[in-house]
Amino acid sequence: MRAMKLAFGLAGFLGLSLANAIPASAQGTTYSTIERGRYLVNAGDCASCHTSQDGKPYAGGLAVPTPFGVIYSTNITPDPTTGIGNWSEQDFYKAMHDGIRRDGKRLYPAFPYPWFTKVSRDDVRAIKVFLDTLTPVRQANKPTELHWPLNVREVMAGWNELYFDDGTFKPNPKKSVQWNRGAYLVEGLGHCGACHTATNALGAPKTDEDLKGGDFGEHWYAPSLTSNLRDGLGGWSAAEIVEYLKTGANAKSAPAGPMAEVVKNSTQYLSDVDLNAVAAYLKDFPTGKVMATTKTTKIDKQALSRGEALYTDNCTGCHMENGEGLAQVFPPLKGSSAVQAEIPDTVIQVVLSGAKIPTTQDKPTGFAMPAFDWKLDDAEVADLVNYIRNAWGNHASPTSADSVSKVRRDLEDGGG
Amino acid sequence: MAPHPVVSRTLSYFAPPEFAFIEAAVSRLIPTDELGPGAKEAGVVFFIDQQIAGSFGRAETWYMQGPWKEGTPEQGYQLKLTPAQLYRVGIQDIDDYCRRTFNKKTFAELGADDQDKILHGLETAEIALADAPAKEFFAMLWQNTNEGFFADPIYGGNRNFIGWKLIGFPGPRYNYVNEIEQYGKPYTLPTVGLMGRNGTAVRKG
Amino acid sequence: MATKLKSVDVVLVGFGWTASILAQELTDAGLQVMAIERGKFRDTVPDFSTTHIQDELRYAARNGLFEEPARETLTFRNSLDQTALPMRHLGSFRPASGVGGAGVHWNGQTWRFLPTDFTIRSHTEARYGKAFIPADMTIQDWGVTYEELEPYYDKFEYLCGISGQAGNIQGNIQPGGNPFEGPRTRGYPLPPLKRSYATVLFDKAAKEVGLKPFPCAAANTSQPYKNPYGVQMGQCTYCGFCEWFACGNYSKSSPQTTILPALLPKDNFSYRTLCDVTRVNLDSTGKRATGVTYVDVQGREFEQPAELVILCAFAQHNAHLLLLSGIGKPYDPKTNQGVTGRNYAYQITSSVDVFLDEDMNPFMGAGALGQAVDEFNGDNFDHGPLGFIGGGYIALWTTGGRPILQQRGAPTGTPKWGGGWKKSMHENYLKSVSVATHGSVMSYRDSYLDLDPTYRDVYGNPLLRLTFDFHDNEHKMSRFETDKAALIAKAMKPRSINVNYREGHYSILPYETTHNTGGAVMGADPKTSVVNRYLQSWDVSNVFVMGSSVFPQNHGYNPTGTVGALTYWAADAIATKYLKNPGPLVQA
Repeated sequence: MRAMKLAFGLAGFLGLSLANAIPASAQGTTYSTIERGRYLVNAGDCASCHTSQDGKPYAGGLAVPTPFGVIYSTNITPDPTTGIGNWSEQDFYKAMHDGIRRDGKRLYPAFPYPWFTKVSRDDVRAIKVFLDTLTPVRQANKPTELHWPLNVREVMAGWNELYFDDGTFKPNPKKSVQWNRGAYLVEGLGHCGACHTATNALGAPKTDEDLKGGDFGEHWYAPSLTSNLRDGLGGWSAAEIVEYLKTGANAKSAPAGPMAEVVKNSTQYLSDVDLNAVAAYLKDFPTGKVMATTKTTKIDKQALSRGEALYTDNCTGCHMENGEGLAQVFPPLKGSSAVQAEIPDTVIQVVLSGAKIPTTQDKPTGFAMPAFDWKLDDAEVADLVNYIRNAWGNHASPTSADSVSKVRRDLEDGGG
Repeated sequence: MAPHPVVSRTLSYFAPPEFAFIEAAVSRLIPTDELGPGAKEAGVVFFIDQQIAGSFGRAETWYMQGPWKEGTPEQGYQLKLTPAQLYRVGIQDIDDYCRRTFNKKTFAELGADDQDKILHGLETAEIALADAPAKEFFAMLWQNTNEGFFADPIYGGNRNFIGWKLIGFPGPRYNYVNEIEQYGKPYTLPTVGLMGRNGTAVRKG
Repeated sequence: MATKLKSVDVVLVGFGWTASILAQELTDAGLQVMAIERGKFRDTVPDFSTTHIQDELRYAARNGLFEEPARETLTFRNSLDQTALPMRHLGSFRPASGVGGAGVHWNGQTWRFLPTDFTIRSHTEARYGKAFIPADMTIQDWGVTYEELEPYYDKFEYLCGISGQAGNIQGNIQPGGNPFEGPRTRGYPLPPLKRSYATVLFDKAAKEVGLKPFPCAAANTSQPYKNPYGVQMGQCTYCGFCEWFACGNYSKSSPQTTILPALLPKDNFSYRTLCDVTRVNLDSTGKRATGVTYVDVQGREFEQPAELVILCAFAQHNAHLLLLSGIGKPYDPKTNQGVTGRNYAYQITSSVDVFLDEDMNPFMGAGALGQAVDEFNGDNFDHGPLGFIGGGYIALWTTGGRPILQQRGAPTGTPKWGGGWKKSMHENYLKSVSVATHGSVMSYRDSYLDLDPTYRDVYGNPLLRLTFDFHDNEHKMSRFETDKAALIAKAMKPRSINVNYREGHYSILPYETTHNTGGAVMGADPKTSVVNRYLQSWDVSNVFVMGSSVFPQNHGYNPTGTVGALTYWAADAIATKYLKNPGPLVQA
């Protein structure tokens, strides 16, 4: 251990000439570990956060908006000065497991260590081995733009005290191997709850609302993954969940926004065994209390009639008159859990800005929907959104022109 | 940007006498009658003004390099004049002709019958103008009138879908999957334009 | 001084149908391929969105998707004794600009030529005698047969997801299809589109006069379709804005909807947009191309070296580039010597307007939604007593009812404007349709392309000069077709009809078709062709030419099906023959 640390120190001291040398931790590792690490890095979707638009892979710099200000993702290439090339396996594990970085400072849970804590040490090791094979990029991390006092990292100690339970995943002996593998992926590396779970005022996940839907920010609402029939996965078969994650579309839905990125960069690369495990776990997820939005809400007939006219004039070219879309081409709106999500922001955003579903190896087409922001004003968008969320047997909460206005303003400002 | 109907009734290119000519001319080309409003109510003159003030008027996409020669009819438009120039010169010439022929009256000041006679004369080139070629001028005027009567209202014409309602064109709709096999059944949904069912909405900018 | 770039295996001039097919096939063969397109990149969203694409003024009247004559046009004259003048704005034909080419804005009418079309000279001589062919008619056999092309027609049809009803499967005539078509291995990938009222009436009328009508094959999908490249298409919703517009819901076959999603992610494919190829560069022997020169949108010149240069621009643009680059001896109509520019042809069309009593709802339609009869196409009928060569199909197309430019004529005697015109529009818009004839145009000594002596493009290069007119043969044939169309129209029991013969000289002005052919024709004899049967230049063996440029004459069908088939045929020849042994594939 000491010798290795010394070797690192020397490498840092000798600077550039050793910058491209294979870090000590990668010496003596096998190809299969690297490949296992590659697979796990895909599963964890590290690239989506740690690569900025037009930036070098894994070099960080992506602005992650939080309710508390902007935080920038870090450089996880093996550059010894600006990346994690100098980090030992222990350093890396402490970050993943405890949310504490090499210099002892705390990380913010925008880096989802509350989920990564569940990942086994062995897997974390493989991840680091793979990361060490990446092309090192010299790019310093940007300081956070968080509001005081959150920009003082020591504050996270208190937050962790309240909201963070460290601990590797413990399988449930009453459940199958497949279920446990699914749970390990969903609750751990997959960190699904980081988006799909509601957070409290301090940005901590509400544990009793696990996977019932969450606000990703930028007006993207991550829908419920519970077995709720209306706004969850209750109506999806396990095979449909697998198809969605693997190919980027099924007969019921297709991802837009951040989830499109997740499918494109991460879940399409999971093995069929793992995808089936995820599906098995999610299909077994309890429904939870019935959401208020499942009750029929009163939207006045005139408003619905206006919405229907707008739907006929603007949407039937793809989503068809009966709201059923076209299987594998245009997602159905009728019976859609995404459309009936508790928070309508995703629907509003998609109507205003359009959407593009991911291209995957199985489905390269990448269907897209155009923007309607120039065609419809706020009142019209509200009428339209209310209609599609409450037509064909759909039921969801009403939307006002003011809500639309807020989303529109935020989008124009560049993503809110 | 949220659109809102902007009624653009100001002129960008034509001077008032030219406006008067065009309004009078299009009112004869597609008149107001028992069938309903015509080119005037449809705002065709404002459509033409917008077009002539824009890239069409400037012949931006056309090959406008010389040398300039008069060609055969089969060789198409060979004028050195852009559409904007053709209108300017043509209207001037026609009003000059009218003043000489009709006791100092401009085209707009004439009665409908005389106006029709002049339009026919231009169409067949029986009337020779001083500078502008009459036939080409008429052809362009008729083309733009037709366009202005039937283009989407966002371009300033076909106001309140006057043109589309005259003929029964329902506007840009994207799904007739069920209706196409309902043979002989009239299509009854309200007329719609690119900016919706409001027939006065004009695109901003 | 042009900047020299890193060499690639294949450079494609243009990025439309033929370039997309070749790029897909040749990258699969392991080659590094680059396409250079003069227009911009385009994709369904945002460029063709349902939200804005049905804008007749912008796209049909103001040519939103087409090339701009200000940048490139041609000069035109009917005959050698005239001075050619520039086509100053688009009229008779509408070539595209931008990725996807005309494959974006076509109607989707997809046909195969007849077996006898490919051997028109030898077949005509055998059946009617050598003297039957006028001395100045320079038609020739293609050098490839229908049977050889059949698998490649099939490949193009399955690429596109053509909706149709087969007429002849391996010699067995199928009910409801075209009984005259060449034998095909299998049926179409999708069933025919839904029928509009007008096509149903045409079908009935055609049967009543003893003809065998069938639904036209359409590159508008009747159902969702996944093609062999794994690319998914939607389903046509009959919006009536096909030709000159682009499809907003992924249901018209184009490079974007059938190939690009599979092609663009490939590491060995790259492309440039807003770059004009101005020359194919040759080495000092003149027998080998070293690459192309192109100019980018800033006016900077680049040299792109390549092992293989393939011209994939639109029809006459390929001939233009060959002439500018000195490939093949330029054709001189006076001496009848030379090949490049020779045998330009087109299409001769006519129509019969039909005024009925019921609502036809013309605004519901699709680009290739039609019913046709083929009795009077090719050599499907006895030409002996008639004294002309060629023919065409007769069809009733319901492609849309766009109010500015798809006005059917008015009944005879209707004024051209004014109250009478307005009344006619009011009474007839919903109740009028058109029966169209779509006739062949043979090649002639005096129908050709060369370089204009006077007019230049934005780069200072001479414009292409087009010399072309309809000949007696075509007028005679077209009149015959139009009379047949009138016969069917009358059987539709209309209020009245207008018979619009195509008479007089060919004019560059009103739109007819964008079916320009020839100028780089294929054949078995290098004295009368620019490319051999594999579309390879006789003179420069690492140059191939695609598109309707290679048609020795034009036959009575829309050309795209045959363009697609020939492209796959050439791609196969390049991948399986040329790459193994670069050089001439056919000994002159």
